[in-house]
Amino acid sequence: MITLVDYKAGNLTSVRRALDHLGIPCQISADPDVVRRAEKLIFPGVGAAGAAMAVLKERGLDAALKEAFKAGIPILGICIGCQIILTHSEEDDADCLGLLAGTTVKFRQPVGATHWVAPTLKIPHMGWNGVTVTRPHPLLSHLRPGDEFYFVHSFYPQPADSAQIHAVSDYGGQFPVAIGKDNLFAVQFHAEKSGTVGLQVLENFSKW
Amino acid sequence: MLSKRIISCLDVRDGKLAKSVKFVDTKDIGDPVVKAREYYAQGLDELVFYDITASSDNRGIMLDVVSRVAEQVFIPFSVGGGLRTVDDCSRVLLAGAEKVNVNSAAVKNPGLIAEASKAFGAQAVVLSMDVLKVPQSAQIPNGYEIVINGGRTPMGLDAIAWAKRGQELGAGELVVNSIDADGTKEGYELTLTRLVAEAVTIPVIASGGGGKPEHLYDVLTEGKADAALVASMLHFGEYTVGQIKEYLAGRGIKVRIQKDEG
Repeated sequence: MITLVDYKAGNLTSVRRALDHLGIPCQISADPDVVRRAEKLIFPGVGAAGAAMAVLKERGLDAALKEAFKAGIPILGICIGCQIILTHSEEDDADCLGLLAGTTVKFRQPVGATHWVAPTLKIPHMGWNGVTVTRPHPLLSHLRPGDEFYFVHSFYPQPADSAQIHAVSDYGGQFPVAIGKDNLFAVQFHAEKSGTVGLQVLENFSKW
Repeated sequence: MLSKRIISCLDVRDGKLAKSVKFVDTKDIGDPVVKAREYYAQGLDELVFYDITASSDNRGIMLDVVSRVAEQVFIPFSVGGGLRTVDDCSRVLLAGAEKVNVNSAAVKNPGLIAEASKAFGAQAVVLSMDVLKVPQSAQIPNGYEIVINGGRTPMGLDAIAWAKRGQELGAGELVVNSIDADGTKEGYELTLTRLVAEAVTIPVIASGGGGKPEHLYDVLTEGKADAALVASMLHFGEYTVGQIKEYLAGRGIKVRIQKDEG
């Protein structure tokens, strides 16, 4: 049974529908105790980092997620759920969960510049883009070169330890789109809206 | 880099699929959920459902269509038609759509764009505009005028100015629908699409006039569109999504090619 962490994230229902379609049992819960005792957790997300962290704290889910991670419960983060697992986000200058060391940063051009140079790339990065595996992971084992996923975001996760980056995409430069450590894995793209290659990530997670 | 998106628009009346030609004479051509599943399997990138139901009594049927699509189709989709308030928008998003598509109601009440953008995020708000070519004037300097109510009511509003205003108000994407080209299958309105694409920084989806794959090539290059909307090309089975994408890929356009299973 997979537990979907309910913190008012916009794509919660979409993720549940995708799991239903795959025949993977799941439940939605906002209860910290349910999260602590979960078999597996999906941490979805659409929205802004500051607001997301505020809801997590208000519901006591921040502490529950940290404990679940330490306890070794498999966790899959999606979109904002891939960003606020880091220490800090430039969005809303928000302090985040810190499950992994690192910062969620705004798209810059060129990537890596210290400030925005020229807005010739449209932000948010919205649409389908190719994902390249840089460090194999069981959740991405089905990917073939050129497979594309659906993205909608203006910020991306940058772990401090580059060994935690499992896949990248290219948008004016390469940026991390799948990160993880131990029992935690997180993707910037919307696996629940990326057709069959996306659904396969969820299927892989159910077997991980 | 991002792929250019191929989006299909399904006009829905009383829960059934219809395709309008120059906004009159609509012809019933089936179940929108079945079509949506078929296009999803073919590798379509995104869907738009436009509710053209006349009677507000039958609006609930659309929410049922939205939720059935969301249970079976795992690509993003937007819903438009008859959305006048943030509550209307909220209902279709809760039913399973990623985005709302506002048109006439936003022209009459631009605050709707700002309110919806604040409530759901800019990425969830698509501003769709119906545009008619008119003589240039002081009021319409670009010679493209916004019309509403399915093309019947000219608003004295310059389309390029409205596109910029829409972006400022918080729209995350624009659908530019040329009424002159709609249903003709003779190609998109390239000048209009390019003028809008050059005036804003949000993605522009070209609509109206697509009849052959080369029309999509033209609007994605010369027209500078980020995505192209196709309707009758697919609805009448003249082309599959795969055929259109293969053609575009062959001419150097980056599109998402869905690989065969297994």
